[in-house]
Formats: sequence, C-alpha cells, structure tokens
Amino acid sequence: MSGFEYIVQQIVNAVSLGSLYALVAVGLSIVFGVLRLTNFAHGDVMMVGAFTTVLLNALGLPFVPAMAAGVVGAALAGFLIERIAYRPVRDAPDVTRLLTSLAVTYILENLGILLFTSSPRNFPLPAILNESWQLSGGAITFTNINLLTIALTFVSLLLLGWFITRTTTGLGMRAAAEDMPAAQLVGLDVNRLIIVAFLVASAYAGIAGVLWAAQAGVVQPQMGFTPLLKAFVAAIIGGFGSIAGALLGGYVLGALEIFIVAFLPSSVSSYRDAIVFSILIAFLLVRPGGLLKPNREIKL
Amino acid sequence: MPEAAIPLLHIDSLEVRFGAVRALKGVSMDVRQGEVVALVGANGAGKSTTLRTISGLSRPRSGSITFAGASIGGRPPPQIVRLGIAHSPEGRRLFGALTVAENLRLGACTRTDRAKIAADTERLFALFPILKQRWRQLAGTLSGGEQQQLALARALMAKPRLLLLDEPSLGVAPLLVRQIFDALGELKRQGVTMLLVEQNIKLALELADRAYVLRTGSVALSGSSAELRDSDRVAQAYLGAAE
Amino acid sequence: MSGDWRIPLVLLAVCVLAAAVAYGAPHVLSDYFVRIILLIALNSILVLSLSLSNGFTGVFSLGHVGFIGAGAYVSGILSIPVQQKMALLPHLPSFLHWFSLPFLPATVVAGLFTAILAVIVGYPLMRLSGYFVSVATMGFLIIVNVVLINASDFTRGARTFTGVPLETTLPWVFAWLGVTLFVLARLVYSPFGRSMKAVRDDTIAASAVGIGVLRARLIAFVIGAFFSGVGGSLYAHYLGSFSPNTFYFAMMINLIAMLVLGGMESLTGALVGVVCVSILSELLRSVERGFTFAGITVPALFGASQIVLGFVFILIMIFRPKGIMGDRELTFGLAARSARARKRREEQNA
Ligand SMILES: Nc1ncnc2c1ncn2[C@@H]1O[C@H](COP(=O)(O)OP(=O)(O)OP(=O)(O)O)[C@@H](O)[C@H]1O
Ligand SMILES: [Mg+2]
Repeated sequence: MSGFEYIVQQIVNAVSLGSLYALVAVGLSIVFGVLRLTNFAHGDVMMVGAFTTVLLNALGLPFVPAMAAGVVGAALAGFLIERIAYRPVRDAPDVTRLLTSLAVTYILENLGILLFTSSPRNFPLPAILNESWQLSGGAITFTNINLLTIALTFVSLLLLGWFITRTTTGLGMRAAAEDMPAAQLVGLDVNRLIIVAFLVASAYAGIAGVLWAAQAGVVQPQMGFTPLLKAFVAAIIGGFGSIAGALLGGYVLGALEIFIVAFLPSSVSSYRDAIVFSILIAFLLVRPGGLLKPNREIKL
Repeated sequence: MPEAAIPLLHIDSLEVRFGAVRALKGVSMDVRQGEVVALVGANGAGKSTTLRTISGLSRPRSGSITFAGASIGGRPPPQIVRLGIAHSPEGRRLFGALTVAENLRLGACTRTDRAKIAADTERLFALFPILKQRWRQLAGTLSGGEQQQLALARALMAKPRLLLLDEPSLGVAPLLVRQIFDALGELKRQGVTMLLVEQNIKLALELADRAYVLRTGSVALSGSSAELRDSDRVAQAYLGAAE
Repeated sequence: MSGDWRIPLVLLAVCVLAAAVAYGAPHVLSDYFVRIILLIALNSILVLSLSLSNGFTGVFSLGHVGFIGAGAYVSGILSIPVQQKMALLPHLPSFLHWFSLPFLPATVVAGLFTAILAVIVGYPLMRLSGYFVSVATMGFLIIVNVVLINASDFTRGARTFTGVPLETTLPWVFAWLGVTLFVLARLVYSPFGRSMKAVRDDTIAASAVGIGVLRARLIAFVIGAFFSGVGGSLYAHYLGSFSPNTFYFAMMINLIAMLVLGGMESLTGALVGVVCVSILSELLRSVERGFTFAGITVPALFGASQIVLGFVFILIMIFRPKGIMGDRELTFGLAARSARARKRREEQNA
C-alpha cells in the first residue's frame, strides 16, 4: 500500500469518526447554549436511540423505520429529561445543575442495565450496510456504514443549518445562547426555546447513537459514555455553545484521533485519550472561547 | 390634571429588591398615550431597574404596574412584549453573532402580520438609513452608533404601544447622539409613546414632555420638562443635595 | 474565647468509643457489619478530602478520584512484599524492587505524592471557575485512568493489580479519619478557612479585599488531594487487588452523591452523607437481590438500587440543594462558638 493511499484511507476514517463526534457535540452545544448546562445525560440519550432501534427491529419493524423511531425515541427522552429533572433546577447554581445531569446519567445507565443487562447485544445491521468498497485494488476500503454515517451527518447538518439560519425559532435559539435576557426582551418564549433545543439536540444524539452502534456492531447501556466525553472535548475546542464550533471541533477531534493512531508510534498512540483530554484542558486554560471565538475572559 | 384620560402606563408604589438591596423603594409614575417621559437620576438610582421591572425581567416585591388597563407586574417578558411594550435595554444587548436583518427579524418575532413587517422595515430604513447598508453584516461588527440605531430599530420592530429606552446615547459619538435624538424626535412626531432613561439631562429634557428624577430608589422630583429645565432643583436632586 | 469545658470531655469520650468500636467490633459483630463500618469510615476520609475544594472553596472538582487512584497505586507499588514484586511487576525500575514499605510510611508517601501531583495539576486549573473547572478536572481523571492503563510497567495495565497486603483494619481507618477530621476542622474554622469560603461565595469581592484566590483554592485542592491519596492507600490495602477502573466515574459519582447529600459546606455533613448513602445503598442492595414477601417472589433487579439513589439525589438537588446539613455542623449543642458565629451570620443577613 502506498503512502498516498494510506493517507486517503485515514482521511476517510477521520471524516467518518469526526461526523459522529460532530453530531453529538452539536447537541451538547445547543443545550449548553440555551441553558448553560453541561448535559452529561446526552450520551444516554444516544443509548436510548440505539436501543429503541434494536428493540423495534427485533419486534419486526424494518431497519429504516426502526431507526427513524429510534431518533424520535431519543428526542422524546430528551424532552422528558428536561421536563422532569432539569426544569426544576433551571435557576439553580451551575454545580447543582451539573450534578443533576450526572444523576440523570446514573439513572439512565442503570435503567439500561436493569432492562437489558450490561452485556452487549448485537446491533441488527442490514447486510447491505456491511458491504465494503475497495479502491486502488483494496488499498482504500470503506464500508457502506461509513458512507451512511457521512451522508446522514451531512444531510442532518444541512437541515440544522437551515433551521438555525432560516427559521425564527432557530435564530431565537442562537440569540438566547448569546444573551438570554435580551432574547426574552424581544419576546422570545424561553420555555419553548428550551424544549425545542432539547428535542433537536436529542434527535441528533439519537442519530449519532444509531450510527455509533452500527459502527460498533453492538449496543450496551454504557455505550454513550465515551462519545459523550469526546463530544465535550469537541464542543469546547470549537467554543462551547456555538453550533458551528461544535461541528468544527467534531471534525478536528476526529482527525486528531485518527492521525494520532495512524502516524504516531504505538507507545505514544496508546495515550491517545490522555492527549485528547490534555488538549481539552489546554483549551480551557488558554482559549476558553474555543477556536472560533476571540478570547473571552472567564478566569477567576 | 388637565388630561383626564387614564394613563397608558401607571406605576404605583413599586418596590424591587435584590437580596438585601432595595433598588426601588415605592416608585409611582404615569406615562400617557403619545407622551415622551424622561427618567433621570444618578448612577444606581434605579432607572434601569424600573424599566426592567416594567418589561418583566425583574419581579416587583410590592406595588403595581398597569398597562392599558391590564396589571402586568411580575408577568414574563414575552407576554409583556405581546401586550405592546418594547424595551431597548442598557448597553444595547444586540445578538452580535446574528446579522442586522436577523436581529430585526427577531425584534418582530411576536408579530404575525407578515406583510406589515416588511412595510415597517422599509419605514425604519427611512429613520436609520445606515441599517439598509449594513443589512447582511453581523451586528457585533457594527460601530457603537450603528449598534444603538439597530437596538432602537429592533425594539420598534415589535410595533410597540410603549417604547422603553435605556440610555440610547451610551457609548455613541456626540455627532451620532444628535442623530439618534433626531430620530427619536421624529418618532415622537409619529405619536410613539416613550419612557426614556438618559444620563444626558439636557437632551432628555429637550425631547421629553415630562420627567421624573429618581434618587436612590425613590422619585425625588417630577414635573414638565420646561419646569425642570428652569429649576436648579434637578441638579440638586441629581447630586443628592438637600431637597 | 474560653469555649465549653464539656468539649474536651466529649472529644475524649468519642475517642474512647471509637477505640472501643475499632478494637471490639470484630469480636462482636459479623464480618458484614464490620465491613460496612470500615467502608463508612474509609469513605468518610475520601468525602472529607473532597469537601475541602468542592464544598468549602467552591471549586467543584470531578477529578479527585484520580488522586485516590494514584494514591492507591503508589502505595500498592511501595508495599507489595519484595519477594512478590519481581513476579508481579517485573519491569519496575530496579530501585523499586529492592524494598517494600510498611503500611504507614507507604500511606504517607502516597499522600505526599498526590499532594505534589495536585500542586502541578492545580496550579493551572485552579484559575478556572464554575463548570470549566469541573470539566477540566474531569479531564484530569480521564488522563489518570489512561496513564494507569498504559503505564503497565508500574500498574500491570488494565489487568488486576494484586498482592497488596490486606492491612486496612478498623483502628487504622479510625485513626486516619481522626487525623483528617482534626486537620480539616482546624483548617476550615480558621482565618484561612474564612478566606476559602469568601472565595467560594464571591470570588470577585474576595480578591478585591486582598484574598489570594488562586492560593486559597490551591491550598484547599492540595490538602484535599493529600487525604485522597491517603484514602487511596487505605483503599488499596483494604481491597488487596484492584484495577484502573476501580478508581473511575462510578466511584466519583458515589463520593459526590455522599458529599452533596450530606451537605458540602459542613464537615459533619460529609459524615452524615456517607452514613446515609452507605446505609441506603446496603438496604437497597439487599432488596435488589430479590426476595420473597407474603408468598410473592420479587426477582433480582440489578441496577434498581442505583436508580433509586439517583432519584433521591435529584430530589435533594431540587428541594434541598445544600444537602441535609447545609452549612451547619452537627455539634449536639456543644460548640457555643459555632452557635455564636451562626447567630452573627443571621444578624448580618437580616
Ligand atoms: N441584579 C442585581 N443584583 C443586585 N443588585 C442590583 C441588580 N441590579 C441592580 N442592582 C442594584 O440596584 C440599584 C439600582 O440599579 P440600576 O441599574 O437600576 O441603576 P441605574 O439608575 O440604571 O444606574 P446607571 O445610571 O448606572 O445605569 C443599584 O444599587 C444596583 O447595584
Ligand atoms: Mg442603568
């Protein structure tokens, strides 16, 4: 395999992984934008989406409708989480809300274990999605699930782009993220915006959950944990609360991870996650507003 | 009082607290239809708090706010906007990451009369021509004066029956201040009712029909602009000297 | 300030009682209850060490478990008997092969190690506030986990680390709990403790009156880390074998639940939280295993106890976000001093 093909292969992998991170990070940023909440339960909403798909598929629903139902299920889960757990603490201090979201995670993961046990189950991927394409005589390989991930991410992000730049609600969400009192003063209904934010963010988590499970081939109750942590990093690299930033951060992180593993010796690359989280800390310290924003003072 | 009509806005013994701080200690005032009323006073006197309480951002501890016959004290801001009060807040508070067009669109977000929104936007261009040129520019990249005009325009987009203005001259170059006040004068001629908070007393009294002087949370003085202009009691009240 | 003459008497009584429990319990109680008492005392040390930064200084760290893990491994490496070290950890640097430390010095070294680590980590991180510091310290925890898994010469990697002598007995834990409580009480109710709280309540005002915000936070963080390291060592010598994931998010959530439930701004609150959560989860766990009542068999529901705990936690967040004790201390009416202080505070608020 020539160096060039190797690099192309890594780019395919990076785009595929980055798409997933971007999908999750976008949801985190949407919620953070309107609520200033670091929503740890976002990863569990992914899990809800994946499990709903698996269950409905097992009950006989074909894959594509089951997947759509999974996305709806995730959106509904997000809606309920906001309604039941987050709304009562909406005006509480940051730490109280952070802890509430940790508790929600704890509940959902254990609920998953209670219902499905913690052992992984197969994700019923239709055979066609597992087929792979070979280019340059097999030097570059990508599966249909790679393609589906990239395509679905693309479509959903285009849709999101339309939503936040063309609709009043979407514009309102961005306005509220920037300045909540001012958003109220122009007459935006914050309650409604927050509900929409959770629905949209959780639907994206649902899509990400299904795709993540499809790539991994299995679902299990704690499956949302790792992507959640990575999405935090992506969102903060891009500028927490900014949707465009979350996209950028997602792809930057995906590329970084793939390239660490592809081009660095294994003695270094086994520390990949340590490197990634060191970068997170570095951003928090040096550039808390993220890549896109000029430095904003949030220290001390 | 010669005007027998009930005032558009009536505030009675309004009290607002932030923890132990009593920001307003029983403020009463009226704004009648078509009138421009100035609210002046030293820093920390409670001017912004008064406006914020009218528009629902702060909750009154006691006292009442009546707008067009409806009691609005303690209602959430969106409801109050829908009733016809628009508030252009202190420091402009634009959505800097949105364009001029998008800011104005959100200013009209409580309205359903699509066709009229477009017509109103055209009328605003007559008042603030610069906004037309900057239509697709991000609000955060406008100059201070341009931002202030946009803030006014955004509030006007709600088609309010009462416009609350908090320091429209703040951070604006003197030449532009003149221009902004000319625009406000034009609005007054068009019959827009305004409650105006302004540090520049001279300008405020020029524009306003009447004024209230706030001092540490209470009304220290009130009267017609002409009266207040000629008396030195404003300066005294302002500086906190004996009444 | 003369204080109350009964205080020394009561402290003495508490010490005698603790000693009696420590030495007597294993003869009287079943292993199960001895284990619960030991875990309550051990978790108390960990939660107290967490309360210093999270409760009293307002720096909500999600990374303390990283110090606990580091302490456990350091102490473990130091105290595995020399004969076993070669077999278990063949790639250790040779100077570590030559000796093995007794329990006490190994624990102290673990504490010092984590304290130094806390200086290095805290110096940059203590500049952050709010959820930024929480996310950053969470990053630290993940980094520690990755390092523990990858530094397999020292830690056996993801495999079980084993061979640590089982030396954590009730007297040891009680003694360390006593030391922790003593040091923290002295610190929290000293002038420095007041500046910590000032930093928590209003950072800007605190720095305006000349309190070194970074210094106050760093000292709280480092002292907390020291006792986390000590607690980690006790944990290591209690478990005997463990793996990097023993010291990860599950433990963090557990400790935070205890801290927050009892009241982050009170030392006795931390203890109350540990006792409540421990007893509650033991009860729930016995229910969770399944039982038969009045002829109805309830099957085992694994995870149910955590779900109930999670809901309890959310209810606390909604209805009593400052925890059971808030910022009050449990003094049984003895500490006239703290009562007077409280009265002063109330007068100021009025
Ligand atoms: N959110 C708040 N929390 C605590 N105190 C507040 C808050 N908002 C206002 N205050 C206090 O209320 C008082 C009145 O403030 P306000 O902003 O209304 O003054 P102002 O007259 O608008 O002053 P300026 O001319 O400086 O804008 C001040 O003492 C201020 O410190
Ligand atoms: Mg003001």
